[in-house]
Amino acid sequence: MQDFRPRDSWTSRIGVILAVTGSAVGLGNFLRFPGLAAKYGGGAFMVAYLCAFLLLGLPIAFAEWSMGRYGGRHGFNSSPGIYRLVWKSRIAPYFGILAMIVPVCIYMYYVYIEAWCLAYSARYLFGRMDFGADPSGYERFFAQFVGIHAHGESLSTPGEGLLGSAVFFLILCFVLNFTLIYRGLSKGIEWFCRWAMPALVVCGLLVLIRVLTLGTPDPAKPDQNILNGLGYMWNPVKPGTTFWQELANAEMWMAAAGQIFFSLSVGFGIIITYASYVKKDDDIALSCLTACAGNEFCEVALGGLITVPAAFVFLGPQVVQNPPGTFGLGFMALPHVFSQMPLGNVVGFLFFFLLFLSAVTSSLSMLQPAVAFLEEGLGLHRKASVALLGFITALGSTGVVFFSKDLLALDTLDFWIGTFCLYALAAFQTILFGWVLGAKSGMAELRRGAEIHIPESLRYVIQYVTPVYLFVVFGFWLRQNIFAAGAEGQPNRLRQLVTDPVAAAVMIFVAAVAVLFGLFIAQAVRNWRRAEAAAEEVAI
Amino acid sequence: MTPGGWIVMILSVGGATALLAWCLYKVLSTPGSEQHLHGQVDMHTPDMDSP
Repeated sequence: MQDFRPRDSWTSRIGVILAVTGSAVGLGNFLRFPGLAAKYGGGAFMVAYLCAFLLLGLPIAFAEWSMGRYGGRHGFNSSPGIYRLVWKSRIAPYFGILAMIVPVCIYMYYVYIEAWCLAYSARYLFGRMDFGADPSGYERFFAQFVGIHAHGESLSTPGEGLLGSAVFFLILCFVLNFTLIYRGLSKGIEWFCRWAMPALVVCGLLVLIRVLTLGTPDPAKPDQNILNGLGYMWNPVKPGTTFWQELANAEMWMAAAGQIFFSLSVGFGIIITYASYVKKDDDIALSCLTACAGNEFCEVALGGLITVPAAFVFLGPQVVQNPPGTFGLGFMALPHVFSQMPLGNVVGFLFFFLLFLSAVTSSLSMLQPAVAFLEEGLGLHRKASVALLGFITALGSTGVVFFSKDLLALDTLDFWIGTFCLYALAAFQTILFGWVLGAKSGMAELRRGAEIHIPESLRYVIQYVTPVYLFVVFGFWLRQNIFAAGAEGQPNRLRQLVTDPVAAAVMIFVAAVAVLFGLFIAQAVRNWRRAEAAAEEVAI
Repeated sequence: MTPGGWIVMILSVGGATALLAWCLYKVLSTPGSEQHLHGQVDMHTPDMDSP
C-alpha cells in the first residue's frame, strides 16, 4: 500500500496543493491546447472543449481514480489486472493493450517536444535566440530545427552546431528520463518540480501581461493587433461561417475531447495506476477535482490567453489557421513575445526550462503504467521493464524524428494515439465503471474518504450522458471520415492511412507494439490464473 | 473581438479561475486534508524500493 511522508501544520497544506496541481501542468496546457484551438477555429472549439470537460473529462477522471483505488485494494496496480478484476471476462485484460500503447506511444513524441523545450531554453541561456530585426527568423529556425520541409532534415544542423540539433537534445532527454526511472530517482525530480510548477505559473502570468499589452506591434499590419488575436481565440462565430457550421465538425468535437483527456491524463492508464497506490480511506474526490482545476486554469486562463493571440499578432491569421503540427505554434509565436519583453532572454530561458521540467514529470509518469504491468504481470524487475520500454520507445522516437516533413509522423501519432485511442480507452473505462463495476458501487468507492460532497447526479452523468456523448461524437466522426472527404481543410484521417506510406508505416509500428503487449498480457493472465489457483489450493 | 467573444472568454477564464479558487479554499479549510489528499507527485510506487 501507499507510503506517504507524514505532513503536519497548515503550511503543509500548501505542499498538498502544489503536489496535487503540480502534476497536472504540462506541455498540453501551453502548447497542445493552443495549437488545437487555433486549428479548429477558437471560439467554436471552446464550446466543444467546455462540454467535454464537464461531461467527459471530470466524470471519467473520477471513474479512473475510483477504479484505480478499487484495484489497489485487491492487489492490482496495472490496468490489465484492474480491468480483469472489475470485469470477470476473458477479454477484459486485453483492453489493457490500449492502456499500454497509449502512454508508451505518446511518450515517443512527447519526449521529442520535451527536447524542443530543453533546446529552446539552452539557446536562450547562451543567447542564441536573437534573430535581430528579421521577424521571420523564429519561424525559419523552428522549421529547420524540426525538419518541416523534408524527411530527415532535422538530422542536419547547418551552421547551428549542437545547439541547433533537435536530435542532440532528444538523446539528452532520453538519457535523462531513463536514467531517472532506471535508477529510481524520479521522486527527486518530482520533488523539485513541485516547486518548479508554481514558478512556471508565475512566469506564465508575466508573459500573459506582456501579451495583453502588445497593442499593434507592426503598424504596417494594423489588423494584426491583440484585440483581433483575442477575437480569433474566443469569438464563437468566424467571418464567413455560422456558429452551427463550425459546430458541425465532428473531428473538432473529438479533438476537444482528446485534448481534455490528454491534459487531464484521462484515458492514459496513468491515473488508474497511480490511484491504485492510494490508501483505502484517503480522499480521491477532492484530489481529482483540484488536479483538474489546476490543469484547467493553466490551460484556459494562461494557455488560451497567451499563445493563440500572440501567434495571431506576430505570425498572422494564415499561420494560425494552419499551424505546423499541434505543438508547433508556441515555439514559433512565444519567442516573438520574449523579444518584446525586458529581460526577454531570461524569461524565455525560464519559461522553456520550467516547461521542460513539467514535461519530464509527465513523461516519467507515462512510463509508469507499462512498468507497473511488466512487473506485476510478468514478474520482471523494474530495471528490465525500463530497458525494454527504452528500446521500444527509442525505435518509435527515431521514426518521429526522421519522418519530419510537415511533422507527419508526430501528427499521425498525436491524432491516432493522442486523440483516437485516448478516446477509445476513455469510452471503455466509462462503460466499465458505469455498467460493469456498476455506477452505484463506483460512486460508493468515490465517496469513501471524500472531502467534498459528490452529487448523486454524477452517477447518471457517468452512466448515461458520458457514454452517449462519446458514442454520438464517434459515430459522426466515422460518418465524416468514411462517407465524406473529411472535415474542410483537414485530411481524411482514414484515407490518409491508405494513401500516405509514412502515416501507414507509423500505424503499422503501433500495431506491432500492440501485438507485443497483447502477448505480454496473455502471459500475465496465465501467471495470474496460476497464482489464483495456488492461493485456492492453500485455502482448501 | 465581438461581444460573444468577450462573454465566452470571461465565462471560460472566470470559470476556470473560480473552480481552482474553490478547490484551494476546500483544501486549505478542510481539517486533516494534508494527510488525506494526494497528487501524483507524492505517490511512492513500491517497485522503487526493489534493488
